[in-house]
Amino acid sequence: MAPISRKENFLKGIIKENPVFVILLGLCPTLGVTSSAVNGLGMGVATAFVLVMSNLVISLVKNVIPDKVRIPSFIVIIAAFVTVVQLLMAAYTPALNEQLGLFIPLIVVNCIVLGRAEAFASRNTALSSIIDGLGMGVGFTFALTLLGAIRELLGSLSLFGYKFIDADGMLVFILAPGAFISLGFIIAIMNWMKNRKRSPH
Amino acid sequence: MATIKSSFLNLLVTLTVITLVAGLSLGYVFQWTKEPIAKAQMEKQLRAIEAVIQGYDNNPVTEKYKVATPDGKDSLEFFPAKAKGEMIGIAVKTKSSKGYSGDIRLMVGFTMKGDIEQVVVIEHKETPGLGSKMSDLKFLNQYYGKNPGQMNMKVKKDGGEVDAITGATISSRAFSEAVQVAYETFQTVNHGPN
Repeated sequence: MAPISRKENFLKGIIKENPVFVILLGLCPTLGVTSSAVNGLGMGVATAFVLVMSNLVISLVKNVIPDKVRIPSFIVIIAAFVTVVQLLMAAYTPALNEQLGLFIPLIVVNCIVLGRAEAFASRNTALSSIIDGLGMGVGFTFALTLLGAIRELLGSLSLFGYKFIDADGMLVFILAPGAFISLGFIIAIMNWMKNRKRSPH
Repeated sequence: MATIKSSFLNLLVTLTVITLVAGLSLGYVFQWTKEPIAKAQMEKQLRAIEAVIQGYDNNPVTEKYKVATPDGKDSLEFFPAKAKGEMIGIAVKTKSSKGYSGDIRLMVGFTMKGDIEQVVVIEHKETPGLGSKMSDLKFLNQYYGKNPGQMNMKVKKDGGEVDAITGATISSRAFSEAVQVAYETFQTVNHGPN
């Protein structure tokens, strides 16, 4: 991997290599929990924490793990951090914990976390792995919050739980199909902007 | 990357050490969060009772007792609410396992006549944005002040009087069932006003 600056390393996760909008990884929680902006934000922060911590630990132990048990070792480390997050959320943010429910333990199998462990943390230093985890985590949180905000806005006519029109929204945006539709439009718009920038008239 | 050979012994040692360290640190975090979790749940229970019955001056949590449901398969927790030593109502913690995913736990406040004072959802794993709307007043209001003995608590689809939540008939059905079980159990200990 060509050496890149710390700033680039951090920023790549947010737009250029955004895990949701560009790499399209971790779509299960992305589509599942983003029925409101708060859920998206909570899920994003929880995943970001796991990403940073597992990236850090994996980059530290990468030299003492034999290749053959690489994946199981990574999964155990990731699962441990996910359980920590789950316990912490149950203790200090019980309401959010209930909202996200099953999706918190499912961070274990989130492709982004294992993907970054395998593609980045197991080949790079601790510091750049933390920065990579932070960037990817912020990018993931940004994507989920944006998607949650759009779905909440259209589906229940509220934002971050504040209802400003007292009526029912378009229910489809709260349901699973709404997640696909919203995500599809966001990706289309992002690609359109990217292409416009690339080909000047 | 890996500088250690994948020999059988190395694999064994690596995995053992990693799982051991992970297990130990989890045990530590568990111990550390055990109290806050228990406290959060206790507070939630008290808040739930406060929300369903007003005007009591005792501590219903310390006076709680268990009552078997009429079918004898389960038992529910009863939290007696008293004002100046007089029973004014009972908060019943009830549940249904017929929800869309996992158990639905409710706290139902009954007056001594068996009327539902208020209901709060303690725990559910229903679909966020759909079944989770059972916590909204719009749905809950249908139950307030009603007596399950005089009203058919089933959802309209099943011939009852309750408007199900849009897109969440199963959750609404489970909710109604939980309230019904609470009422029937309540009736086994409380025969009319006295």
